Amino acid sequence: MVGVISLIAYLTQLNNDSVRTISVLDESGLFVDNFKSTSATTYHVLEGVELDVAKKLTQEAKNYGLLYIPQGANVDEIAQKIIFYSDDSPSLFVMDDIEDTIAENARTIKLKDSGLDATLVNSMNVKVSADLETFDGETTSKMGNGLKLIFGGAAGYLLFMFIIVYGNMIMRSVIEEKTSRIIEIIVSSVKPIKLLLGKIFGSTLAGLTQFVIWIVVGGLLMILASSIFGIELGGMPSQELINQASSSGANEELATIVAEIWRLPLLNLVVMFILFFAGGYLLYASIYAAIGAAVDNETDTQQFMLPIILPLMLAIYVGFFTVIENPHGVVSQIFSYIPFTSPVVMLMRIPFGVPIWQQLISVVILFATFYLMVVLAAKIYRVGILMYGKKPTYKELYKWLKY
Amino acid sequence: MNEILVAKDIVKRFGEYTALNKVSIAVPKGSIFGLLGPNGAGKTTLIRIINQITLPDEGLVSLDGAPLRPDHIKDIGYLPEERGLYKSMKVGEQALYLAQLKGLTKAQAKEKLRYWFKKFEITDWWDKKVQELSKGMAQKIQFIVTVMHEPKLLIFDEPFSGFDPINANRIKDEILELRDKGATVIFSTHRMESVEELCDHIALIHKSNKILDGKLIDIQREYRTNTYEIGLLSDQKEEVLKKLNETFEVSEATFKTINDELKLNIRVSPNTSANQLLNQLMPYGQLTHFVEVIPSVSDIFIQTVQNN
Repeated sequence: MVGVISLIAYLTQLNNDSVRTISVLDESGLFVDNFKSTSATTYHVLEGVELDVAKKLTQEAKNYGLLYIPQGANVDEIAQKIIFYSDDSPSLFVMDDIEDTIAENARTIKLKDSGLDATLVNSMNVKVSADLETFDGETTSKMGNGLKLIFGGAAGYLLFMFIIVYGNMIMRSVIEEKTSRIIEIIVSSVKPIKLLLGKIFGSTLAGLTQFVIWIVVGGLLMILASSIFGIELGGMPSQELINQASSSGANEELATIVAEIWRLPLLNLVVMFILFFAGGYLLYASIYAAIGAAVDNETDTQQFMLPIILPLMLAIYVGFFTVIENPHGVVSQIFSYIPFTSPVVMLMRIPFGVPIWQQLISVVILFATFYLMVVLAAKIYRVGILMYGKKPTYKELYKWLKY
Repeated sequence: MNEILVAKDIVKRFGEYTALNKVSIAVPKGSIFGLLGPNGAGKTTLIRIINQITLPDEGLVSLDGAPLRPDHIKDIGYLPEERGLYKSMKVGEQALYLAQLKGLTKAQAKEKLRYWFKKFEITDWWDKKVQELSKGMAQKIQFIVTVMHEPKLLIFDEPFSGFDPINANRIKDEILELRDKGATVIFSTHRMESVEELCDHIALIHKSNKILDGKLIDIQREYRTNTYEIGLLSDQKEEVLKKLNETFEVSEATFKTINDELKLNIRVSPNTSANQLLNQLMPYGQLTHFVEVIPSVSDIFIQTVQNN
């Protein structure tokens, strides 16, 4: 996971790595001195040429683009008429850079025109950062909200990934037993329902073990980070401590982050993560197993994947768009009770504070649905593992339930 | 209790379709019981019910006098027709796993496997993966896995498929040996000559109904046609043939001899004894061959299936 994130960051960096050369034709002469070349962008100033010639020159030099600043009566008029020519739409970052540079210089010029000292005006800017506090007296912060998003989002997304990865694993193992024809040998020794449950619970435990390892490693890293920044462990750190950590120098941002992470309902999150992972995975795994039993090979599974992927995708989208907007809105609440979406959605909500009883109701609904689902899946499984030949339709699956 | 397995009035439906319609069989202890029937007759369904893989809708199966219980699976060894092994697992590990599923401890399983691997001279296969084995080799492993927990009842569905004649004989001998050691065998196959060779009881299932069962020898008696296969050395073959045709139902027969005799199948009325026929035949020439025609299982099979 961490590796993938670093890879993406690295690739983005790589993407921006080439040096851009931008020609500048400034007929007003007001801004030309403000464009300083950087490692990523080189500004090439053209002087005493017509616009058409400048365009041609830029194209011939295979430059990134041409920034044209015409003459005008005043700064406002000039600002309206600035044009950037390029082969195709320029990068947003590049335009932001250029526009910022011009805007800042224009402001300085205007301040000067009206007889004000730019440095004096700048010093009058006041930085405001409101402290957030809940009615219970617990201090929150905007950064805390961000962290909640990250933790909830990561938990929900991890669950989603694991259901798909481990679910596919179950499905493949069922198909393998079917295609290798060992299944009839096995079911003459073990009841199909036992085999099915063994598969489901076995892979759930394997998944959980992996998570526990991650949590332990993650916890150790947290403790390590905390001790580096001198934050006392155990319980919520006091505001004082955070302030102290904040004021302690260069690493203040990082220290605040670590402190904020300790402030999250971590224990609740971990416990619920395990419960929701177990429940959600059991639920989906039984569907995956039934699908595996219904078909003869993996290519035939496509038509049955929709009922699995659809609710999971829905959960992720609801999570990332609705929960982030309003963690306790009606839609978020409803989806955190529907068993097919609740594992993902509820996990995303938990960092924002969900009463324990609501979480428990959702867990109970989830496990009850799992029980129903495993009964149905077992019926399909029992019939399906010994059926070879044509791939069944949904109608036939329904008939199998009654055999 | 003389029967090890009794299935009574078994009914199994799949939706509208009735796969088994009030089928009853009784398998005597120590017998080799042939379960016959055309494709799709319901044999496999019946076998699966005996193995508790599927449950019957009606009827009762009892093993050794007691209704089937989950722990009976260790008393049954089943070699399905559609069989295979985990392809990427090692032979030894896999055999151990399957033995433990049948209730053997790991130590017991190891001991049994060592015995069988030695017997089949395949000890060096232990660490091979199944995908490296040929079909016949894999079949041997499956056979071992079926019998190693020494079940009271063995069910073989087409056990000889995939074997060359030498190995098929080998397996046949093993089956007979297991029977002699006290096991009962249910044997389902389409190879009628092996039924004739091995089975002492048969049951024939056709279109979900049992249409015939009993001791093979009784059935063959019942299906006898009072036909005798004879070889007659004579100088005037055509005349003799003409005369015989007037008194009996005669058809040509084929069998191997070293003389050039008349080879005939002669059918007589049921109250004519063999000696009477002999007396009638002797005046016509030298009698070199005289055998009652025993109806083959294959004939009985075809005849019964066509009549139903």
